[in-house]
Amino acid sequence: MSSSPLGLYVHWPFCQSKCPYCDFNSHVREHIDEARWRTALLAELDHAAADTPDRPVATVFFGGGTPSLMEPATVAAVIERIGIRWGFASDPEITLEANPGSVEAGRFRGYRAAGVNRLSLGVQALDDAALKGLGRGHSAAEAMAAIALAGAIFPRSSFDLIYARPGQTPAAWAEELDRAIAFGTGHLSLYQLTLEPGTQFHMRAERGDLVLPDEDTQAALFEATEERMTAAGFATYEVSNHARPGAASRHNLIYWRSDDHLGVGPGAHGRMTTSVGRRAIARHRAPETWLAAVERDGHGIKDDSLLTSDEAATEALLMGLRLDEGVSAERFLRATGQTLWDVVPADRIEPLEIAGFIARDEASLRATRAGRRVLNAVIAALTG
Amino acid sequence: MTPQARIRNVAIIAHVDHGKSTLADRLIEICGGLEAREMRSQVLDSMDIERERGITIKAQTVRLAFTAADGETYQINLMDTPGHVDFGYEVSRSLAACEGSILVVDASQGVEAQTLANAYQAIAANHEIVPVINKVDLPAADVERAKQQIEEVIGLGAEDAVLISAKTGLNVPAVLQAVVDRLPAPIGDPAAPLKALLVDSWYDTYLGVVILVRIFEGRIARGLRVRLMATGAVHEIERVGVFTPKPLLVDGLDPGEIGFINAGIKAVAECRIGDTITEERRQAAQALPGFKPSQPVVFCGLFPVDTSEFENLRESLAKLRLNDASFHYEPETSAALGLGYRCGFLGLLHLEIIQERLEREFNLDLIATAPSVIYRIHVRAGSVLELHNPADLPDPSRIERIEEPWIKATILVPDTYLGSVLALCQDKRGAQQELSYVGDRAMVVYRLPLAEVVYDFYDRLKSVSRGYASFDYQMDGYEEGDVVKLSILVNAEPVDALAMIVHRARSEARGRAICVKLKDLIHRQLFKIAIQAAIGGKIIARETVNALRKDVTAKCYGGDITRKRKLLDKQKKGKKRMRAIGNVEIPQEAFLAALKTDDR
Repeated sequence: MSSSPLGLYVHWPFCQSKCPYCDFNSHVREHIDEARWRTALLAELDHAAADTPDRPVATVFFGGGTPSLMEPATVAAVIERIGIRWGFASDPEITLEANPGSVEAGRFRGYRAAGVNRLSLGVQALDDAALKGLGRGHSAAEAMAAIALAGAIFPRSSFDLIYARPGQTPAAWAEELDRAIAFGTGHLSLYQLTLEPGTQFHMRAERGDLVLPDEDTQAALFEATEERMTAAGFATYEVSNHARPGAASRHNLIYWRSDDHLGVGPGAHGRMTTSVGRRAIARHRAPETWLAAVERDGHGIKDDSLLTSDEAATEALLMGLRLDEGVSAERFLRATGQTLWDVVPADRIEPLEIAGFIARDEASLRATRAGRRVLNAVIAALTG
Repeated sequence: MTPQARIRNVAIIAHVDHGKSTLADRLIEICGGLEAREMRSQVLDSMDIERERGITIKAQTVRLAFTAADGETYQINLMDTPGHVDFGYEVSRSLAACEGSILVVDASQGVEAQTLANAYQAIAANHEIVPVINKVDLPAADVERAKQQIEEVIGLGAEDAVLISAKTGLNVPAVLQAVVDRLPAPIGDPAAPLKALLVDSWYDTYLGVVILVRIFEGRIARGLRVRLMATGAVHEIERVGVFTPKPLLVDGLDPGEIGFINAGIKAVAECRIGDTITEERRQAAQALPGFKPSQPVVFCGLFPVDTSEFENLRESLAKLRLNDASFHYEPETSAALGLGYRCGFLGLLHLEIIQERLEREFNLDLIATAPSVIYRIHVRAGSVLELHNPADLPDPSRIERIEEPWIKATILVPDTYLGSVLALCQDKRGAQQELSYVGDRAMVVYRLPLAEVVYDFYDRLKSVSRGYASFDYQMDGYEEGDVVKLSILVNAEPVDALAMIVHRARSEARGRAICVKLKDLIHRQLFKIAIQAAIGGKIIARETVNALRKDVTAKCYGGDITRKRKLLDKQKKGKKRMRAIGNVEIPQEAFLAALKTDDR
């Protein structure tokens, strides 16, 4: 492997409303001066380019928040600037996250024209009552129309669903999943609903107003999902991500494989392997703080430091074991400067291997299907 | 030098919370022992833990100058004493240094168990006792009832009791006047060979090892070479002083006086409390009677939560022992908890206080194993073992019989709660000895196995009597008991730190309760966990913690890496506080909670 691909993440922090389960860096604002934000994003791209090795960009990902609230012109300007500063590798993947509402759907062609070639839709459910429960503003009909439109406009597309929702039965989920598969979309992200601290759902659950399915049901749903997707010709290439051949998200693989990525926009993170270690860059989270910093300093960097070798190793395992291909010893060495088998000694692996949670060969260490279901505990056991 | 006729040595005794330390503060204040700006409450309680809990642990002494009604200035040596049952030995040594006692009784609470226990000790020491009824200004005060109880429960005349409010200072000088009037002056020949009682010793940061002495005969002064009669050690007196309560150096101490000495002694352990100090050149023919050393009655293992803190624990115990020679410790190795110490205490409060001091003053996080009493194991070979640690119990086939310690408990309680208290004592395998009434208060005397008291007796007594019962006890011999060793196994491995000796009749219920408790506290892990309780080889209870079914983060992308890594690091730190039994991680709370199981 010559050099790892470089991925670029662009964060748009605004949403029309905050979803009750979401703990992402998203914010609701009455008015957004988009021109000002566009200028700031471009300025931060300029700063980032000057600060990183001269390599073509393999992937771009517009995430949020709700990037489909951006004007296509802003998206176009960002893509154009990336091309000028870094240049693109051949056949770059350029993804934009979109809300499946009818207003956003009106901008799909504009995004395609701007250079976006992969659309990721936050569908979340194919059922109006469930969408309402999740606090989503769109209807199931709108979502289905958006899926079809995305399939027609973009060479590649994906959509998200949330399952193990309050009151959801395994039978209902199986039926919903079959409908999702039937769209023919090449990629699906299927997330189990989890309660994140600081969200409305978490608070409601604490009060006892929201009850998730119990652990055994969650486990059954998790397994049934993978089985169903496999039968439909999807590879579960990551804990929650399923792709038909060739449809995996190349950008997200950069994170899971500990390749290099840069992030611009509020709260965006970057990781770069340098000759002195793995560099971690974090930017101001609060939108206004970030904006002010960029306008003042030309960038919104809050923290730029080297990870310790322990931290780098932990990250590589934490991310890599999410993949069905596991952690490659070669990539681990490249990202962390350490030998995988030194960091994870045989006496930690063996009991997990015997129990069927972990498998290994000379080139890689990976979690089995059973291991992925309890991956947090497996990683804790492996890292000691 | 004060003529002997104008010296009075007096101990203050009381039940906990009856205002003993507050009275001591007032007495110091009116005698000008401290300037107003130096005054704070509980002056004589020097440890933080004493002030916070409002209890006295170490007896303290102060020399006061009091101008009495006859116009003369008297030297009054006042000894404050602990009020809690665990520290009864501290009381007895203070009493041995004095000719009389001030017995403080709360006007609304009346006579309580330690009032009685301490008053009996003072009577046994031939003391002149000045009853003082405190808090007479409170609305709930009932002076007549308190007097009646002093007369009927203790058997002391109360018509001359001094009625005071230590808090407001009301009538407090009358206490000192009563001490001057009613207590005898000490007697003793200043020309005779030195005879001084070693009352106490402790380590002071500024003074080093301090020895508190009461002179009975002869004179002690700087430069004198003295011999400790029990140990035979010879030292030269470097300093002689008194507490006012500030340390004040003096030329010497004469018969009847109480003060401190420094004598080039490096460790508190070299001083045997109750020993007699005499001159090397002119030795006293006979030592003073002394008093029997305190013996630990409750043992438990103390282990650092973080195993790397063992060295710190070792040093901390050594330092603490400089100050408190009444607890014992010896190294202990536990498969479950690693390296630690088996420690012996005077009682449960003492255990709690030592543990708290280790955690606060020495910044240690500790796991304490179940408190255990000392069992006497009669082995078939004919020898007798004293068992301090349940894990060390020999194989049952080698045991002929086991004896357990019993106590004689005195409980004073308003009659409304008497029924519940009796039921509790019965439940604790008690045997009633006496039951009497004074007004609406009952006094019951029960014989109880100490092991049952150590378990959860205090808490339950407090709850069934809504805090109105008071309790005191003394050791009362050993008796054969039908006790067995209860083992707890996790995935078939015995957890030594959870082993305990229990009465056979309770063993199954206790075993079941611990298994249930552990099941709640041990979180699901990658592998199924069997928790079992066993007596001998027989499993009597079993619970299962099922294997973790699902535990995986749904979303983890570029912006989540830092957060997820920090979360994992935090978990790893938490793991340090866990103990591994085989491949099972047991949180330390499980050890603590398993021991506090309510077995009803």
